[in-house]
Amino acid sequence: MSEQTAPLEPIASDLSPEAGFAETPWRRFAVEFASSRLAMVGLLLFLGIALAAIFAPWIVPQDPYDLAQLDIMDGQLPPGSASLAGYTYLLGTDDQGRDMLSAIIYGLRISLLVGSVSVVIALLVGGSLGLLAAYFGGAVDSVIMRVVDIQLSFPAILVALILLAIFGNGVDKVIIALVIVQWAYYARTVRGTALVERRKEYMEAASCLALSHRRIVFRHLLPNCLPPLIVVATVQIAQAIALEATLSFLGVGVPITEPSLGLLIANGFEYMMSGRYWISFFPGVALVLAIISINLVGDQLRDILNPRLKS
Amino acid sequence: MLVYLIRRLAQSILVLLVMAVLVFVGIFAVGNPVDVLINPEADLQEQQATIERLGLDLPLHEQLFVFMGNAVKGDFGRSFLHGEPAMEIILTRLPATMELAVVALAISLVFGVLFGLWAGLKPYAFSGKTIMAGSILGFSLPNFWQGLMLILIFAVFLGWLPAGGRGETTEFLGMRVSFLTADGWSHILLPALNLAIFKMCLVIRLARAGTREAALQDYVKFARAKGLSPRRIVLVHILKNIMIPVVTVVGLELGSMIAFAVVTETVFAWPGIGKLLIDSIVNLDRPVVVAYLVLTVFMFVIINLTVDLIYSVLDPRVRLAEVKA
Repeated sequence: MSEQTAPLEPIASDLSPEAGFAETPWRRFAVEFASSRLAMVGLLLFLGIALAAIFAPWIVPQDPYDLAQLDIMDGQLPPGSASLAGYTYLLGTDDQGRDMLSAIIYGLRISLLVGSVSVVIALLVGGSLGLLAAYFGGAVDSVIMRVVDIQLSFPAILVALILLAIFGNGVDKVIIALVIVQWAYYARTVRGTALVERRKEYMEAASCLALSHRRIVFRHLLPNCLPPLIVVATVQIAQAIALEATLSFLGVGVPITEPSLGLLIANGFEYMMSGRYWISFFPGVALVLAIISINLVGDQLRDILNPRLKS
Repeated sequence: MLVYLIRRLAQSILVLLVMAVLVFVGIFAVGNPVDVLINPEADLQEQQATIERLGLDLPLHEQLFVFMGNAVKGDFGRSFLHGEPAMEIILTRLPATMELAVVALAISLVFGVLFGLWAGLKPYAFSGKTIMAGSILGFSLPNFWQGLMLILIFAVFLGWLPAGGRGETTEFLGMRVSFLTADGWSHILLPALNLAIFKMCLVIRLARAGTREAALQDYVKFARAKGLSPRRIVLVHILKNIMIPVVTVVGLELGSMIAFAVVTETVFAWPGIGKLLIDSIVNLDRPVVVAYLVLTVFMFVIINLTVDLIYSVLDPRVRLAEVKA
């Protein structure tokens, strides 16, 4: 491969004659990531799921929440049945004649949205607090970390249940609850790394240059704390999606008007007893695939980004 | 040690107080229970009487004050729905949850250690790899969907076990329990298995890592040199040594098992406190929700306190760091 690309990219080959192209950190990262076939499968699977969720309105055979397109006569058909209108319900239909494949893709949309938005917000909140705790130390540190310790001593699902019992149903409320549940993980992770980084010479140099606190924290300290944070965030997306599905299944998560995968599974529960398994089964498969694909990517990221694991 | 004990105790009480206030004020902000409770056809006077009887006409801080005073005595008010004292309802449901958690713990411990030992002794064999792959799958499956699939396979398709409920119960030490009848066992098996799988995967990993480490130690080599049978080496010498981390972790996980029972109980219609919580949240039955949450938080505070104290006895560094900070 290097022989083929070398003549096409003479500048790159000048810089790094053996590799055939310039070894930027990103390229090295990509090559290392691709070294695990399982991780690549996970990445492709996740990209497929994410793309399907993003472009849902253009790829689904039926708009599952446009009542005009639903036909109650098509209700509870097993997978592979033909609809009255002529096309095939690949994964069957629910009690209202809704195509399960379309409902699942729309459900993924809500699940992924809730998962990723909550992780991003929790990352910002928890990351900043963890950085502050490590950089300033003293009272700031002990207050923040005491709260973190206390919160992490309770299981996530219990904290989320308390919060949702208080807030009530709603996509926004689930996101807020997930942020409150998750921020402590990031705060703890960042603080641990930042405490080590703070003692390094480049931080000393930055202080000697009399740079502002803000510049030191965000331009010098933060970038060096990112790798473990990225790993935790990846795994937490899967956790957040699973937790959201659980809460919605229990009836305290998203409202019926915005059914995520958990709610779809709950809706199919009553039909399962009579053997009409597909209403609960396939949304669950989609959920498990999403979680496993994210975990596979997260595992590989951890292996790459953790220098201690490298020989 | 005394300083540490006092600090730690004060912190626990503070956490408990803060959580109780948060929960009470939070739940207070949710919906108006009057709409649910009072017959819409009742006239204004009757409505007013009910509101006063439930103490809902007082300002928030007075309600909180009354609540805290009663809570210390273990009185969380009467359930809006059942009319009985909230704490009493929870305590009558508690044995069902405890029974489920204990059976699940036993399953996860026994099978987790067995599979973990096997995988640790044969890490490169097909069986060992299969066990590890299975444990990764067990970590990834969402608990509620895993429960549905257990029902689908064992109750709907195979028809071997009932899909939900508690089955026949008998009186035992003043509690209703399932484990004394065959029917009770057939009902508890699936929910306990569902609750156990996640912890079992955890135990498998711990036991496997411990076994791989122990198998290389000198005392194992010595036992082998002495001519002991492989079975005795594994079941006596290795097993004893891998049990320390396993028991520590599993003991810690008992609390989270009770929290996770919420999911399993809902799926299997198991009449424990978890299902009660979900029903009460949906029905806006404030006293029961508050009583459940305060009880659970109390339980966790006790568990965490015990663990910290035991650690501080075992490892003086914990205590010193804490006092210094």
